[in-house]
Amino acid sequence: MNTLHEFALRMGDNVLVLGHRVSEWCGHAPVLEEDIALANSALDLIGQTQLWLGLAADAEGSGKSADDLAFLRDAWDFRNALLCELPNGDFGQTLMRQYLFDAWHLIMLGKLTSSSEERVAEIADKAIKEVSYHVERSRDTVIGLGDGTEESHARVQAALDYLYPYVGEFFVSDKVDEAAARAGIAPRLEDLRGAYDLAVAETMSEATLKLPESEFAHKGGRTGSMHTEHLGHMLTQMQWLQRAYPGATW
Amino acid sequence: MYAQMVKSTGKGVKSRDEMSPEEAAFQDRIDADIKIEPKDWMPDGYRKTLIRQIGQHAHSEIVGQLPEGNWITRAPTLERKAILLAKVQDEAGHGLYLYCAAETLGVSRDDLTEQLLDGRMKYSSIFNYPTLNWADIGAVGWLVDGAAIMNQVPLQRTSYGPYSRAMIRICKEESFHQRQGYDIMMKMAQGTEAQRRMAQDALNRFWYPSLMMFGPSDKDSVHSAQSLAWKIKIDTNDELRQKFVDQTVPQAEYLGLTIPDDNLAWNEEKGGHDFSEPDWSEFFDVVKGNGPCNKDRLDARNKAWEDGAWVREGLLAHAEKRAARKTAAE
Ligand SMILES: [Fe+2]
Ligand SMILES: [Fe+2]
Ligand SMILES: [Fe+2]
Repeated sequence: MNTLHEFALRMGDNVLVLGHRVSEWCGHAPVLEEDIALANSALDLIGQTQLWLGLAADAEGSGKSADDLAFLRDAWDFRNALLCELPNGDFGQTLMRQYLFDAWHLIMLGKLTSSSEERVAEIADKAIKEVSYHVERSRDTVIGLGDGTEESHARVQAALDYLYPYVGEFFVSDKVDEAAARAGIAPRLEDLRGAYDLAVAETMSEATLKLPESEFAHKGGRTGSMHTEHLGHMLTQMQWLQRAYPGATW
Repeated sequence: MYAQMVKSTGKGVKSRDEMSPEEAAFQDRIDADIKIEPKDWMPDGYRKTLIRQIGQHAHSEIVGQLPEGNWITRAPTLERKAILLAKVQDEAGHGLYLYCAAETLGVSRDDLTEQLLDGRMKYSSIFNYPTLNWADIGAVGWLVDGAAIMNQVPLQRTSYGPYSRAMIRICKEESFHQRQGYDIMMKMAQGTEAQRRMAQDALNRFWYPSLMMFGPSDKDSVHSAQSLAWKIKIDTNDELRQKFVDQTVPQAEYLGLTIPDDNLAWNEEKGGHDFSEPDWSEFFDVVKGNGPCNKDRLDARNKAWEDGAWVREGLLAHAEKRAARKTAAE
């Protein structure tokens, strides 16, 4: 097992898949400032994808590029958390998904800045600046919509109920995660849960939203044993040109 | 050019004798290249014409996100996707600067938006054409941003201060877009057989609509004469179109692509190219709402606006609650 490769794939696929989802909003946001902010978030996430998948490709050492990994793998080889591939739904669902991810991402990147692996620490250093801004914005929006009108409250509560069962996956380690933790590449995932729960509870309380009581967690995205049906459709679109015209340079 | 056939007063340019003392002083400032600022006195016609022009330009930036957004989820590499995202983000930003410039003339962004959504105000005809293959994204940057720059570079010197400053910021980014578009075209033109075919197909479809961006000849237009006198228009449509053709022909040659015009030829005497006019009846159809994408574009903008109503209302309600809590706490 190539721990660094596997670890970088997991980080990279999260931001690739989520960045793609966010980019689907382009030109359709509720207000011009949100069009700008969504495009900007997607851009940051795709930029981070280039770094993580570049690292994954190098660690694999088979001469593949970040683009090969993004555009020429099928769903079963994707290692993103399921949360990232879930559909945009309405704007509330998109921003709730973003917040639940950003809150984890910020804590994770914070730990990764002291990774034993220099390139991991470098990527984390760069990404954390962008992600601090992402979480500030997604948090404010979740609070604004939760504590807004009756309708906006009901919509983001429904989004939270739908998305929350996909959060647990971020904190469950398998062999790859354990090896990454042992090597000092990454923190133990279970150790991030306390800080995450605290941050999310505070946000949801300010947003007057109720966290679902069930502890049930969907999983399988990060290990590749399970995905939702949504991922395949995303890939048909994302990978179409590369698949239809193999070997072309773009 | 993102503003087409902007109507001015329609009365023709006043002679010095016909001007009131205020109007004469105003015209003197313009002639001396002194910028007009929001608080300055200005003729009603100047204000209204500018609102129409800046508003149409802003709407074009906003609707212009759609044909390019159409390919963001299919961009063939991570880098291309990032570049396209950055570009579309820039365009939304241009819309924002321009709405802000229009607001200094006493019209709100929401008011302008309503007028776009119900069809009272227009956006550039070019965005009613579809993007059908990846090379279209190259062609849009190369030709559409290229034509926009042709018009907007002189507008940096326009008489209205906020508009001029918006143009200066925008032009920097537009030239970046044009280079990136041309870079896509290069890759496609030097690529596989299929890619070359996409590139030529994109040029075939975008050539005449790009020429239409400058609007029909306005050498006899009273509206344009007034706008020229007020320096909210700097060159005539034909002058800009000629410059655009002269700039673009060698670029197409360099790509090894053929401009779809049999009459295209260098004319030594005028020092420019002869070329065919676009089909102006098609142009007027598009302006009337009958272009290939008019309905889709307006429907998409209306849907975004309606679907987003609950978000805008929610965030506004929250801001009001917070303000009330803050006052109560003081
Ligand atoms: Fe623009
Ligand atoms: Fe533009
Ligand atoms: Fe542009």
